[in-house]
Amino acid sequence: MQRSNTYIILFSVALTIVLGGLLSLASVGLKPAQQKQVELDTKKKILGAVMDISGYEDPNKILSLYDERVESVVVDINGDEVTTDEKGNPVVAEKVNIQKNYRFDASERLYPVFKFKNDPSSDQIDAYIFPMFGAGLWDWISGYVALENDLNTVKGVAFDHKQETPGLGARITSEEVKSRFVGKEIYEGSELVSVSMVKGEGNSDLTDHQVDGMSGATLTGKGLNDMLENYLGYYQSYINKVKSGNGKVALN
Amino acid sequence: MSTETAEVKEEVKKSSEALFSKRRKRIVSDPLNEDNPITVQVLGICSALAITIKMEPTLVMSIAVIAVIVFSNLIISLIRGLIPGRVRIIVQLAIIATLVTLVSEVLKAYYFDMYKVLGAFVGLIITNCIVMGRLEAFAMANKPYDSILDGLGSGFGYAWIILVVAFFRELFGSGSIMNFKVFEAIGWESFPTNGLMVDSIGAFMVLGILIWVQRSRTGYVEH
Repeated sequence: MQRSNTYIILFSVALTIVLGGLLSLASVGLKPAQQKQVELDTKKKILGAVMDISGYEDPNKILSLYDERVESVVVDINGDEVTTDEKGNPVVAEKVNIQKNYRFDASERLYPVFKFKNDPSSDQIDAYIFPMFGAGLWDWISGYVALENDLNTVKGVAFDHKQETPGLGARITSEEVKSRFVGKEIYEGSELVSVSMVKGEGNSDLTDHQVDGMSGATLTGKGLNDMLENYLGYYQSYINKVKSGNGKVALN
Repeated sequence: MSTETAEVKEEVKKSSEALFSKRRKRIVSDPLNEDNPITVQVLGICSALAITIKMEPTLVMSIAVIAVIVFSNLIISLIRGLIPGRVRIIVQLAIIATLVTLVSEVLKAYYFDMYKVLGAFVGLIITNCIVMGRLEAFAMANKPYDSILDGLGSGFGYAWIILVVAFFRELFGSGSIMNFKVFEAIGWESFPTNGLMVDSIGAFMVLGILIWVQRSRTGYVEH
């Protein structure tokens, strides 16, 4: 049946309004739940870098655990604290999007730091967690690296990726690969050397700065190494600042 | 007089066709086997390859596709008399896209871990040829209830095939079923997982074998 142009245009407009309205309603209605999920996901990753949270199923428990144990601060490339953005709005470490910041020059990015306490009531910081971002083989990879309070020994790591190959590069998210980083050191004397993944799997005689590689995923490993080296470098001024201030705390 | 009563009878029969008449049962059962969208019509292959590495995401994807097919079939069928023929494809697309976006938003709000795994692929249901194929071939010309049945048939026809593919890929590729390590559970700790199975190539192979088995049973030949 041939219909007039007016009918077609009116039909299209009506359809667009109905469907558009439906989508806006859904978007507005689901936004709080979605934001909570994203927040939960970030906090899970941060906590996951320093402790085993597989026992915590209830989202609210994870959030309250996070509130108790984690303090956060945002610093710039010089290690100075940043509290407001250029528009004067307060900067919240959990809301800083590492991926968006990655597009800027390294000197202009914001660098959140998460400080983890074993005992919620004390002032003692037991681990520093640094978020990072980089390129894997196919797309981005990201990570949270936790250092002990000597700011040298790796306490734990958590990695994420967009589309590394399952069974190969995607293994960076597995417990087995992550546990290889624990106990490794990022400094040789006072020089930052980072931790790097070597080529091939099943290597022996690894130094304190090397971890065993993933067979078949050397390029993902390389991306991982670059990410670690770059970001530990960016955080270095902050690390040095904390270290020079830390002496006093340790004496007390 | 006798002819008159016969006519009346037929009319009554027509308006109250059984809820699950033979014809309607065929609408649902055909796509499950003889007219399966994946193995016979070879539609929707891309998502069948992409999301069948593990069973859990496959299950979520199946539910999403079934929901989208059924509801888009229903909506299109309800407004089929109003849709101008010249813009029907774009109308179908707009409705599918809206439904897919809704599914994706709901996943993001309540099932975030799955959303991260499926993210891009849920969006790609829009381009799943099965959905548009059903709208164009069936819902545009049939009543709402029949269209729902047709959607269910095609949806489940898609679902069971990708679930079977995922079952074999997860079993041989990761040594597990629904993330439960079967081989470790039966004491075979050193089960050699097959890297080919976690790759798309594995899906092609499993799917190929499935198509072969199915066609040799139904005797379907491509002309």
